[in-house]
Amino acid sequence: MVNILYFASFREVFGQAQEQIPAQFANVGELIHNLAERGEHWREILLENAQVQIAVNHDIANRDTPIKAGDEVAFFPPVTGG
Amino acid sequence: MNNPFVRVQIEDFDLSTEVNWLRENHTDVGAVVAFVGTVRDINEGDDVQQLELEHYPGMTEKALENIRQEAHKRWHLESSLIIHRIGKMQPKDQIVLVAVASRHRDNAFEASHYIMDYLKTNAPFWKKEWTPEGERWVDARLSDEQAMQRWLA
Repeated sequence: MVNILYFASFREVFGQAQEQIPAQFANVGELIHNLAERGEHWREILLENAQVQIAVNHDIANRDTPIKAGDEVAFFPPVTGG
Repeated sequence: MNNPFVRVQIEDFDLSTEVNWLRENHTDVGAVVAFVGTVRDINEGDDVQQLELEHYPGMTEKALENIRQEAHKRWHLESSLIIHRIGKMQPKDQIVLVAVASRHRDNAFEASHYIMDYLKTNAPFWKKEWTPEGERWVDARLSDEQAMQRWLA
C-alpha cells in the first residue's frame, strides 16, 4: 500500500488530493509509469513533465528514489510561496 | 511538538510582537533583520484581487526548519523565526515573516536573505490568484531559482 498526495494544479486536474494504491513499486519511476496509464492528463503531468516535483515521506525525491509499503509519495508543481 | 520558530498559520502576525519575542532573553543580540512579504495587487500585468496559499502539512514545516537550521550553520545567529500564512489573502495583507537576530548586522542581513531565497524555491507552498479574468495558479519564476543558486557557490 502506497499513500499518494497531489497538490495545487495537480490536485485540481486529477480531481483528488489523496489516494492509496494497494500495490508495490520498486521506486517512484515505477509508480509514475503505473499512474500514467490512466490517461492523457496523468501521462502529461507525471511522466512527460520535466517540472514535476516529487517527495517521499516529506523529503524531496526523484524517480530513482525507492518506495516501500506505507510510504507517502507526493507529486506537485514547482513551489511559489513567499 | 509544535516548533515555535517555524509557524504555518491562517492568522495574521504582528511584527513588533514577533521581534520582541525573538529578542527575549538574548542580551547579546545587536542586530535584528525582519523581512515581511506582502500581497501585491498586480502580477504579470494583471490586477490581482485575491490570493490563496496552499501548503503540504508536515513537509512544509520540515522544509522551513531545514532552511532555518542551514542558516544557523552558515552564520553565527542568536535566533531566527519563519512565519508563513496560508489560506485566502487580499492585496496589502502580510504573507510571510522572516526575522533573524545576531550579534552583528552582516550575519542577520545575509541569513534573512538566504532564508527567503530558499523558502521561495524549496518550501512547498503554492499560490493561486484571482484576476478579473478568473483564477490561475502562479508560475514559478526563473529569477527566484537564480536567486537561490547564488548561495550554492
